[in-house]
Amino acid sequence: MTEFLQHLANGLSVGTIYALIALGYTMVYGVLKLINFAHGDVYMVGAFAGYYLGQLLGTERAPSVVKAALVTMGAMAICGLLGWAIERFAYRPLRDRARLTALITAIGVSFLLEYGFQLAPLVRSPIEFPPGPSPRFFPQLLDLGEPFEAFGATVPRIDVLGFLVALALMLGLQWIVYKTRFGTAMRAASFDPQVAGLMGIPVNKIISGTFVLGSALAAAAGIINASSRPKIEPLFGLISGLKAFVAAVLGGIGSVPGAMAGGMVLGLTEEYVAGYTSSQYRDAIAFTVLIVVLLVRPQGLFGKGQVEKV
Amino acid sequence: MRRVRAISIAVSLVALAACEQKKKEAPAPAGQPAAQQGAPAAGAVVLVGHVASLTGNEATFGDSTDKGIRLAIDEVNAKGGVKGKQLQAKPYDDQGKPEEAAIAAERLIVSDKISVLLGEVASSRSLAMAPKADAYHVPMITPSSTNPRVTKDAGKTRPYVFRVCFIDPFQGTVMAKFASEKGIKKVAVLRDVGNDYSVGLADYFLSKYKELGGAIVDDQSYKAGDQDFKAQLTAIKAKGPEAIYVPGYYTDVALIARQARELGIKAPLMGGDGWDSPKLFEIGGKALEGSYFSNHYSYEDPSPRIQDFVKKYKERFGAVPDGLAATGYDAARIAFDAMGRAKELTGEAIREAIEATKGFEGVTGIISIDGDHNAVKPAVVLEIKGSAGHYVATVQPDAPAGATTQAQPMPASQTK
Repeated sequence: MTEFLQHLANGLSVGTIYALIALGYTMVYGVLKLINFAHGDVYMVGAFAGYYLGQLLGTERAPSVVKAALVTMGAMAICGLLGWAIERFAYRPLRDRARLTALITAIGVSFLLEYGFQLAPLVRSPIEFPPGPSPRFFPQLLDLGEPFEAFGATVPRIDVLGFLVALALMLGLQWIVYKTRFGTAMRAASFDPQVAGLMGIPVNKIISGTFVLGSALAAAAGIINASSRPKIEPLFGLISGLKAFVAAVLGGIGSVPGAMAGGMVLGLTEEYVAGYTSSQYRDAIAFTVLIVVLLVRPQGLFGKGQVEKV
Repeated sequence: MRRVRAISIAVSLVALAACEQKKKEAPAPAGQPAAQQGAPAAGAVVLVGHVASLTGNEATFGDSTDKGIRLAIDEVNAKGGVKGKQLQAKPYDDQGKPEEAAIAAERLIVSDKISVLLGEVASSRSLAMAPKADAYHVPMITPSSTNPRVTKDAGKTRPYVFRVCFIDPFQGTVMAKFASEKGIKKVAVLRDVGNDYSVGLADYFLSKYKELGGAIVDDQSYKAGDQDFKAQLTAIKAKGPEAIYVPGYYTDVALIARQARELGIKAPLMGGDGWDSPKLFEIGGKALEGSYFSNHYSYEDPSPRIQDFVKKYKERFGAVPDGLAATGYDAARIAFDAMGRAKELTGEAIREAIEATKGFEGVTGIISIDGDHNAVKPAVVLEIKGSAGHYVATVQPDAPAGATTQAQPMPASQTK
């Protein structure tokens, strides 16, 4: 039983990260029908932004709640800006071209970020940028003390906090999408961008806003992940991004609650597969499960079946 | 018509190759040695090729080895070089990728015309380079690749490939022996499935430890680059092992150690020479206190041979040499010693001279090359205390009956 609960706690911690990243994929897909493959790397940039801000604020010497909040919000702002720039300069000029063109551009942006960050530092002061390929230690943002224990399972307090922050962010997003004018406009643009434009909705601004929102969430995921597993390097967004994409598809791409559920399901599946069967086949078995789910429900867990109108 | 096309294809291929060449010659990444400056005129220079992971995930491996080699080259040059010729290092970065290591090795041999090839640290990359050395008849010495297949392929010793370190069958038994002598009865194994070195080491540990009467309670795996190891560690914790053997590289081991402690696992971790990097302590922090790993040497060894090297290295680079700096230094010195003894500086003659190396006094032990081109020498076990590995025991390779452990007193006052 203890082991089962421990796996549950571990799985939720990983699933939270997948869910937060998956939201960015799903939102962008919702409005643009584009898989933004650079999104996993935005997540990586978020962790590095947090690393640099932490260095500038000196969190390592004196961790505090204020500094942790500043670092997180700063990283979210930086990634929001990055998301805006990626959309404005890489995707918007190609929006009317074939969809494949935009997809290839997305892969190009992804490589640009991954390999750009692996270059030897060009700037040395006050921060070393780009960071280069060696892994770096992510400074502790908060000193929360001993792990939290319940029913024999141990959970580091930072993971509990990360889970709560992620939950708050997801609820906030849900509120934005369903209760605000921006959210209404976003849903309208996702339903039919042309008609939405005719109705006076500034579609370009809505799309930019979607990228900013998704990238900020990815940055938050980067910070939460790095606080719990403090090793960051330029390629670590690759696999997480890919898995989050799968989570988004599993939940039903385009659906916000689906992305959250998909992330959690994927995190827990991986965890239980590795814990109770062979860890060597973790990814293989976890992804087989996903294929089976998609065979039964091709639209994903929360996706709506689309009716083709002729 | 067809011929025209063939010619145009050939021309474009040549152009492409030229571009490739130019790209490779672009400025080397930071940390690339400056030793190439002020080299004497061509003709009087013997080039020493080195393929290393100067960047990439395991960058400290390449960096330390390169520093060890540069120190050895400077010493030989100060004494007049080899056969009156000055030596010059030619390091290429492989970014930690086997395919790049093979390309770098080929380029060093074919276009730079090196006399001897040094590298790599990682077995998977040395395995990619070894066929090149054999094919072009250029002797290659790997400083610290411990997988047996590096020098012996399909039951046949590779004629041009040598190593100056022990091999995994021995390194695995060192830890097995050490664990069983410490009275540890139950061990769990956590290995990197995508890594020749890690899988080999885990297998050798397993068989020796069982033979000594210990129990393996769990055998889990991970993939290099994973972020979360808690699933495996939770499963391991439930089996209650007294120690966990993690023969991986420092990048992953640091996170594994942290997550093990977060789950409340108090058992020490044990590992091999792949742990040896300052980054291990930077990322792992306090989580590694009380853990053990086998290594090529200890900088705390009081013997003058070692202390002399540590002093020179510190003066030159301002840091304590890790195990890989020491093996890099030894590999280079054995190569130069053999070149001095060789009748002429051809691949064949140098190869024969390296093969005949007996009782060479290296920093990492008295080195003799055996019939399989391996170095026969002892290993040390280090305990991690205060973010540094401290000497605990030396394990000698000897009779097939097994290795013997002799605990030695901790050397007095050490400054780091």
